[in-house]
Parts: sequence; C-alpha cells; structure tokens
Amino acid sequence: MAKVKGDIVIDIEKCKGCGVCIPACPNDVIALSKNVNGKGYNYAETVNEECIGCANCAIVCPDGVITVYRKKIE
Amino acid sequence: MAEITKEDIRKPENLIYKKTELLTDKALSYCPGCGHGTAHRIVMEVLEEMDIQDKTIGIAPVGCSVLAYEFMNIDMQQAAHGRAPALATAVKRLNPDKFVFTYQGDGDLAAIGTAETIHACNRGENIVIIFINNGIYGMTGGQMAPTTLPGMKSSTSPYGRDVHMMGNPLKMTELVAQLPGTIYVTRQAVHTPANVRKTKKAIRKAFENQKLNKGLSFVEIVSNCNSGWKMNPVQANEWMVENMFPFYPLGDIKVND
Amino acid sequence: MKGNEAFAEAAIRAGADGYFGYPITPQSEVMEYLMAEKPHERTGMVVLQAESEVAAINMVYGGAACGKRVLTSSSSPGISLKQEGISYIAGAELPCVILNVVRGGPGLGTIQPSQSDYFQSTKGGGHGDYRMIVLAPSSVQEMADFARLGFDLAFKYRNPVLVLSDGAIGQMMEKVELDEQRPRFTEEEIIKNTPWATTGKTKDRERNIITSLDLDSAKQELHNHALQAKYKLMQEQETRFEMISCEDADYLIVAYGTSARISQKAVDLLRAEGIKVGLLRPITLYPFPTEIISKLADQVKGILTVEMSAGQMIEDVRLAVGCRVKVEHFGRMGGIIPSPTEVVEAMQTKIIGG
Repeated sequence: MAKVKGDIVIDIEKCKGCGVCIPACPNDVIALSKNVNGKGYNYAETVNEECIGCANCAIVCPDGVITVYRKKIE
Repeated sequence: MAEITKEDIRKPENLIYKKTELLTDKALSYCPGCGHGTAHRIVMEVLEEMDIQDKTIGIAPVGCSVLAYEFMNIDMQQAAHGRAPALATAVKRLNPDKFVFTYQGDGDLAAIGTAETIHACNRGENIVIIFINNGIYGMTGGQMAPTTLPGMKSSTSPYGRDVHMMGNPLKMTELVAQLPGTIYVTRQAVHTPANVRKTKKAIRKAFENQKLNKGLSFVEIVSNCNSGWKMNPVQANEWMVENMFPFYPLGDIKVND
Repeated sequence: MKGNEAFAEAAIRAGADGYFGYPITPQSEVMEYLMAEKPHERTGMVVLQAESEVAAINMVYGGAACGKRVLTSSSSPGISLKQEGISYIAGAELPCVILNVVRGGPGLGTIQPSQSDYFQSTKGGGHGDYRMIVLAPSSVQEMADFARLGFDLAFKYRNPVLVLSDGAIGQMMEKVELDEQRPRFTEEEIIKNTPWATTGKTKDRERNIITSLDLDSAKQELHNHALQAKYKLMQEQETRFEMISCEDADYLIVAYGTSARISQKAVDLLRAEGIKVGLLRPITLYPFPTEIISKLADQVKGILTVEMSAGQMIEDVRLAVGCRVKVEHFGRMGGIIPSPTEVVEAMQTKIIGG
C-alpha cells in the first residue's frame, strides 16, 4: 500500500501566531512556539513527524505562510 | 525502507501548496487570524488558475481591506466608501473583455454603499462582488455594522444591539438574491479547510459566470473579527459558527444556470 | 441647438468613451440627447443613467482610472452630491469632464439659472487641497468647444475639468459649428498614452494602482506638493480670458458666462452715453486671470463685477486689484438674470458716481 509522507515549511517571520492552522491539522502536527518572531508573535511550528501533506493548515492560513510538500513512499 | 529525510520531501516535485504569485510579498495588514487574508488568497488563486491576471481589474473598498491593492498583484482601483460597485459598473461597461470584481466589507457594502450595491445587482452588471461580512466595522475600531447581530456588543452598541433602538441587521445577500440581475448568490465561510475549498469553488463559479457574460455573481463570506469581537482567533471562529451562522446560514441562495 | 445638446453632441465627437449621469433640471437634455443619439452605435460610447449623482461620479472615477474619456453632467444640487467623487478623482489624479449647468440655491433653490456655485467650483468644493480647471462658457458654441477642450486639458494634466455653465446657456438655442468626429482611444493608445491606467497587469510591468490614499504622512505631503506644482503649471499655461473694449477703458466690468453676455450689452449702452467701459470675461475661472485684471486696475478708475450671485468672483477680483481702485459687485439671485440697464445703473451708482 502506498503511503505518503508530508512536510510543511512555515515562514515564521510572517506568521502571526493566530493558531487557526492548529485545529485544521488532522495529526496535531502544529503548535505555537514558546519563542517569538521579530514581530513578537508566538509563531506556529511543527511538533511531530506525522504530517501527511494534506495542506489543510496552508489552506486556512490567513497569511499564506505555509508551504506544503508530499512524497509518496512505495 | 530507507529513512525519509525532510530534505527528500521538500523538493519542488513534491510541492503541494504554496502561496500564489498573485499575492505580493508584503505582509498582510490584517489582525492575526482574520479571514480577509484567506479570502484574498483564494480570490487570487482563482485568477491564477483561470490565467486572467492580465485581464482583471479589482476594486478595493474603504474599511479593513482598503489596502487590498497592496496585497493583490493585479491592477486595482481604490473606491470611495461604498462606491465600489459604481466603479466596477463603469470599468466593466467600458472594458467588456476584462474581468472586474469588487471586494467589500459589510459597512462598505451594506450601509453606505447600499444604493450602489442594489442597483449594480439589479442592473445585472456582469461583475463579481465579494462581500466579507464580519458583523462589525473593524477598521474604525469595532463599531456596530448594518450586519451586527441582535444583542451583539460593539463599541457603539456596548450593551448589545437593541433592535428596537438601533434597528435590525440587514441580510444583504438574501436581498440581492431577489433581484433579477443577480445570477449567482451564495454565502460561504473560510474558517475550515472544507469551507475554504467550497468558497474557492464559489468564487471560481462567479468568475466563470462573468466569462460567460451571465450577469452579477455575489459571494458573501461570513468572517471573523477577533479584534472587534475581543476574542482570540480560534475562539472567534467558534463564536462565528455558533452565532453568525444561525443568522447568516451558509450555502447557495440563488443559482441560475 | 440648445447649449446642453451642443455639449452632448460635442462630447460624442470629442471621442468620449462613457457618460454617466442622473436627471436634474436644467441639464437633463444632455443625457436625453445622448440616449436618443445611440452613441453606442455611432462610436461605441457607453451612456448609462446611474442611480444617483454619487454613483454617476464614481462611475466616472472607474472609467477614468481605465484611461477612458469619461464625463458626467448635473446641476447644482447634484454637483454638491458629486463632491466626494470629485475630491477622490482629484486626489487620484484622474482625467474627466464634469458639466455643471448651475441653478439657484441654496438647497433645492430654483430651477432657474444662477452663478452661485463659483466658490464651490473654484475653491475646492470637496475636501482637501485640490483644484479643477474651470471653464465658463458664455455661448452655445463654447458649450460645444469646451467639451473637447475639457477632455484635452483633463488628459494633459491628469485632472478633472469642470465646465461651469448655467441654466440660461444650457437652455438657450444658438447656431453652433461642431468639430468633426474624433475617434475614441484605441486599447494601444490607452496603454501608450496613459501607462498608469488599470488595463490589466501584464507580465512586463508592475501592477497599476489608482488610489487617493497614502497613510504615510511624508508621502502624502509629497503627493500634495506634486498636486500644487501641477496647479501652478495650470496657472501659468491655461489662464484664458476675453477682453472687449478694454484698450481705452476708464471703467471695467468683470463678468463670465451669462453675466458676460448681459454686461457686453451694458458696455455698449454706457459707451453710447460717452462712458468708456470695457469688459473682461474670464474663460477659465480657475486658473483665474489675476494678472490681466491687476494690469487693468492700473488703467481704470473702478471695477464692477456682475454675477448672478451674492458676489463670489468679486473676492478673486479684489485679490487681484488690492486697494488700488474701487471694486463693487452687482448681481441678482434666486434665478433672476439681471438686465443690461440694471448693470448700467449699477455702474453709474456704485462705481462712477459712488
């Protein structure tokens, strides 16, 4: 059975830490960092390796800061 | 099975989703979690997918999205408060081969611009109107809007909207659906991935209608205003689902195919 | 032709792309004429009756922002409603022509002719530091001529041009010579001549934005400086006036539009009595012919301004003259046109014998 493995890249300097991506993720991959970016926002970051590249987070991100990749694994 | 590294996954051929080139690199001026950003993005994605950047003229309103032209990488005009449909009317009539849309908030479209909205809809101008309804005047600091819910607090209805004193919220979308000039009238939202996908489909349909010279398409997006509502973004979305959606139910209101 | 009709026909022939209006007396003939002429068949020109004057002027904004030749017309109360849009058009530096066939005010006033919108026309009208070129026709011929001239000046300066007529000129019938049909701009001409216009962002250029907004105060001040420099250039290059019997004049009348016609007769009557009176007729009310009036002030003993108002232009005449000679106003209000004998009498009592 073909499996997929995904990954996201978050532009943390443009992230405003709104957290809208967090409930959109089916695998609880994202959480807000304890650290802040240049604007003082607790930015979103990945906290596990369960990403499947569904792009839900990127689709709801108001600031378009998430880039999504997905690779099929045979 | 060999271990897959992040570098293996993050390759151009594996790219699934990336912010559209039709948005500029400028950081959006909206508050964290505001639906405007998502709405901007999917409108631009539709233009990109239809490959009509060079044929599109957008009209920005007055309100939070007054600076939409800073973010949308297309030719745009900034209108006086509420007048966007009048601008769009002339732009389209003088340039029938161009795609023309307005992007307006609820104060702009449903209060000061009521006449321009109703008449552009009633004339059946062959344009798209994107209407962001968050039930409040965000830009000026959270005052009561024509769409503020009964009982809802705002800076000019600090004890909640008393409909006997302040009048009723206006369901503009239901209203324009009554007019013969509108071809497609729908109400959507952008708070979940499924809703974003639906809204994007609706916007695509609206622009396809324009391509076919069918008349005016009106897409309302019920959105949040976490600053104005004084909630965090996730709470605001939950509040929107519980309070806004019962009054402003999602779905197509008029589809003339 | 009626003045209003001559203006409408001349606008078509000037290559107008769009007219957006709303009915109001005494200028409704403009849109009636355009609708009857079917300019969409003649030249492809769009004519649309809007839901209000407010919508009409904002349609003009939208059309002008696309590099099109667009115009609107109205009368005083309607022009008041258009002030918001005019301010935005001036701020965004868009070319357009606006016709005001003035009627008496304030408020709903009267439908009879007046010149009481001088301040509104020349001193701003809407909010912000802006100016429009204001052309004041005094004949049906000039109603026609100024439609085309208005477009040419509007595009030369990227600025709104106001044709300030009145109910008498708009309604009066005279012979008029019309220009040949000029073609409308082609898409290629628009892209070449008005590269700022919103025509759709192609890959080879940055996006075009039409706005009057800049939240950065330093930039907004620079923008205002640029506007003022443009207005100064207009003053240097576009001041227009007509001088009648001024060479040997001992006294001067300053009047525009309908008042200038009346005053011309008054000049004849006064000269028949042996009093050497001249007439200076400003054709542009902005820029105002300050320099020539200042020069004439060294020659004459007194100046009478004749306006169908309580005296508005007189302020600009006094600014030009200073305290060198007496400047007095004569006018009628409420839609009444003064008679030449009234002007003669005013000259005799207020200036010569005063």
